[in-house]
Amino acid sequence: MIAYILGRIASLFISLIVASLVIFMVVEVAPGDPAAFMLGVNAKPDTVAALRAELGLDVPKAERYLNWVTGMVQGDFGTSYTYRSPISKMVAERLWVSLPLAIYALILSTLIAFPAGIYAASRRGRIGDLGVMAATQLGVAVPNFWFAMILVLIFAINLGWVSAGGFPGWDKGFWACMAALTLPAIALALPQAAILARVMRSSLLDMLDEDFIRTARAKGLTEGQALWRHALKNALIPVLTILGLQFSFLLAGSIIIEQVFYLPGLGRLVFQAITQRDLITVESVVMLLVFAVIVVNFLVDLTYAVVDPRLRARH
Amino acid sequence: MTRPWRSILIGGALAAVFVLSALISYVWTPFPIDGVDIPNKLRPPGATHWLGTDHYGRDILSMVIVGGRTSLAVAVVAVGIGMVIGVPLGLWAAARRGSWVDEVIMRGNDLIFAFPSLVIAILITGIFGAGAVNAIIAIGIFNIPVFARLTRGAALSLWSRDFVLAARVAGKSSLRISAEHILPNITSLLIVQGTIQFSLGILAEAGLSYVGLGAQPPTPSWGRMLADAQTMVALAPHMALIPGLAIVLTVMGLNLMGDGLRDLTDPRIRMQRT
Amino acid sequence: MTHFSRNLISASIIALFAGMGAAQAQTDIKIAMQLEPPNLDPTGGAAEAIDSVVYLNIFEGLTRFASDGSIEPELAESWTISDDGLVYTFKLHDGVRFHDGTTFDAEDVKFSLDRARAEDSTNAQKQLFAQIADVTVVDPLTVQITLSQPNGALLFNLAWGDAVIVGPETAATNATAPVGTGPFRFVNWVQGDRVDLARNPDYWGPAPALETATFRFIPDPTAAFSAMMAGDINVFSGFPAPENLPQFEADPRFQVLVGSTEGETILAMNNKQAPFDNVLVRQAVAHAIDRQAIIDGAMFGYGTPIGTHFAPHNPDYIDLTAQSNYDPELSKQLLAEAGLPDGFTTTMKLPPPSYARRGGEIIAAQLRAVGIQTEITNVEWAQWLEEVFGSKNYGLTIVSHTEPFDIGIYANPEYYFQYDSQPFRDIMTELTATTDPVKRTELVQAAQRMIADDYVNGYLFQLAALTVAKAEVQGLWANAPVAANDLSAISWKQ
Repeated sequence: MIAYILGRIASLFISLIVASLVIFMVVEVAPGDPAAFMLGVNAKPDTVAALRAELGLDVPKAERYLNWVTGMVQGDFGTSYTYRSPISKMVAERLWVSLPLAIYALILSTLIAFPAGIYAASRRGRIGDLGVMAATQLGVAVPNFWFAMILVLIFAINLGWVSAGGFPGWDKGFWACMAALTLPAIALALPQAAILARVMRSSLLDMLDEDFIRTARAKGLTEGQALWRHALKNALIPVLTILGLQFSFLLAGSIIIEQVFYLPGLGRLVFQAITQRDLITVESVVMLLVFAVIVVNFLVDLTYAVVDPRLRARH
Repeated sequence: MTRPWRSILIGGALAAVFVLSALISYVWTPFPIDGVDIPNKLRPPGATHWLGTDHYGRDILSMVIVGGRTSLAVAVVAVGIGMVIGVPLGLWAAARRGSWVDEVIMRGNDLIFAFPSLVIAILITGIFGAGAVNAIIAIGIFNIPVFARLTRGAALSLWSRDFVLAARVAGKSSLRISAEHILPNITSLLIVQGTIQFSLGILAEAGLSYVGLGAQPPTPSWGRMLADAQTMVALAPHMALIPGLAIVLTVMGLNLMGDGLRDLTDPRIRMQRT
Repeated sequence: MTHFSRNLISASIIALFAGMGAAQAQTDIKIAMQLEPPNLDPTGGAAEAIDSVVYLNIFEGLTRFASDGSIEPELAESWTISDDGLVYTFKLHDGVRFHDGTTFDAEDVKFSLDRARAEDSTNAQKQLFAQIADVTVVDPLTVQITLSQPNGALLFNLAWGDAVIVGPETAATNATAPVGTGPFRFVNWVQGDRVDLARNPDYWGPAPALETATFRFIPDPTAAFSAMMAGDINVFSGFPAPENLPQFEADPRFQVLVGSTEGETILAMNNKQAPFDNVLVRQAVAHAIDRQAIIDGAMFGYGTPIGTHFAPHNPDYIDLTAQSNYDPELSKQLLAEAGLPDGFTTTMKLPPPSYARRGGEIIAAQLRAVGIQTEITNVEWAQWLEEVFGSKNYGLTIVSHTEPFDIGIYANPEYYFQYDSQPFRDIMTELTATTDPVKRTELVQAAQRMIADDYVNGYLFQLAALTVAKAEVQGLWANAPVAANDLSAISWKQ
């Protein structure tokens, strides 16, 4: 087990180094000069050159890469070209929106998907199963910005229960923030819940056909008991895979939802930075996201090892 | 008629409507889609324009059937990329579990997957220019680790099963075991995931279009039509409803078909039914 | 942690102010705009969004733009101009303080102007200060600007947001913590979301009616509509979806203000790239364009057709639209004359605003009707600046030129549409040296005619200023002569 964990930690570091190289190279070939963008159409070439020097863009690329990486290791993510403020501070502020939103959405989607998937599996082929499956079909088929807009039309404009978007800030109270995040979280969670419920159901059904479940049933357990006692635990492996994938999607993939609800989240920061060629911000934030996901994957892998002793035994 | 067949037929019929009309659009459309006719903009559905016109006065029926070409092609090719590269990698990793091959493949997958897909899609389209081909690449890359991880995870649990052990004792190579015993047993999982990725592909194209990437004008796509319609919902609801329905119906049709195929091909389910 | 507690304190200050004002009319306002300023220093970037927040509110210049676009005194109480037009002597207001408590005087004026025109200046509009030879402090309340050659536009130039007066102590930090002399002071900036301002209690001029103001940034047009409808915001300045305006107009809770901007929206042609180097081809393109269809289709009717690069609300404007009227037959004929009877294929690069993206699709269809095929590429602004503006790698593009009185860009042969005309440069040189208003009008009109005669670009329409607000808000600028939201003019009806 310890050897397994050490091996995983080693590959964690290699992954991070490769990721930082890929990010830096991809971002640096993007056309568009941040200084020219900031100064607009009337700027004189010497003004642009002066700003490039001020931003440190005249330093060779290799040197910039090393400075960037060594800075990050020490916790310094650089200073945004356009915002002119420290990236770590901006990311910290945005995380206070994006992280709660991702967790909120993940909880919602799990709360919907687990019961729905288990229910559908237990009613295989019957009307309840068909109903759940039809709902999940619809859930995966509706574009999330479209669904978000309908939520806004109904709950913000017609009913006036919540505001159409924006984020009050945590200093305005916990419940005000939760209210502001509810529609975005639902919009993010429902399609995820539909996918999760489908995976849950199909992996449960696969398990129910397994020999050891049949054995259990032969010993006198009902299908329901077999499902709860044996199938569920084993069916969790593919479900955990999907959950791990979904978390990483939710953390950064909410760009569009953040646009629709004008939330000051991490996704919007990156999107804005890309369009403004705020290269250092794009690099640092993408690196942070990649870091977060690699760590989450690492933890998911450890969970596999705990949940499924067969996997652990192999290592 | 058995239930799987019913799903396949209903789903297949739904999807076929859109696929066929997309194919027909290569030779014929009710109206040309590159003609702008501003005085006739935002007409509701009627006798001349069956599904109305959009904000440039273009025929929405024609736009939807031509747009299907782009949306379906983007999604199909993106899933294809993911399966063709991802599944063999997953099988290989499972066959050589614990070895450096497994480690490199899986860490490589983790690495791709660790990148925020939409951000990278936006970056890719920002560097190489927005467009359908770059959208396919951007969406396709992120399908690879999905299939690789799924395949490996499912294959791993099969490798410890008795029938695989029997095959190993019989001296079959890892390659043959993967092809003859593992792959057939995970097709159901792959089909379910494939339909999910397919619908995600259509939706990802729509999402990219929403932020102004994806297919470029004058090429229509369902995603771009839907994005264009967002601010006009109050003026002309049909403009948003029709491409939205096209997406929903196609995705549902393909998913139904996928479910049916799964029930049909899964040897264990078939066995149980007989 | 410190940041968090500062937020808490400022929030409670706002709450306190709001509580005091509650008995009378509302004294806070939430104004939304589409783009977030990248920073809050108007002397350190070209983004209009910076001026939209800080100009007239936090920062002030010697002169300022009024809501009708005319130039008024601001920090300068009065001025005299020497007979040769070379020396401007400004008398400054007494008792003006920066928000950090330091006194404003002639030294600050000298510092600000010298900083803007310095060798290593990063001022995006450095050309505004090109003719300034020297800035001298006469006494604490008198400052003298000496020009190298007469410049009839100096007072106009000094009114720009890029020419505001900053304090030497705070100039370096204005990007994130702006300190000026204006009626509102900076409170807080939640990046990606909003900027909070509060009334400056020590303001030298008349106190504004508002106690606090919040600028929110909502890039998405659909979100703009729903935020307004749901009552999250009070005013949307520069509303991005003109198709939704009729709905607001029909709703008694809202008012819609349609005004003019300085934005000449043009179909720019690359004058040095074949076949646009042939004036006949440019003329053919101009006649292929149906302006009204573009205004109706892209802007839902909001916009005024233009026939040259000049704002129609300017008294010196001449209507030259007839010279490039919609006439596809003539267009085809001209193409044939130019040796291109079967048309040609070119590229069209479209920046993000909807006037460009939507207008581009319509223009592509109109050009196709006369045989000109266009390959459309949607680009981000950064990419546009590099490929179109920088390396001139394009055939056609659509841009709105929003700087006031910017016909001078045609005198620069290096400018992205590459119009190279000595006669035009002569007119502009003469104009710069002329202060006589009658003569200036003559020259300006000659310039307008010349670029229309040369069909330099396709002139489409003047961009409309679209503002949606709660019905009770008064004092909003209908027109947008510059990017500004003049908060001190705004109040709520009782």
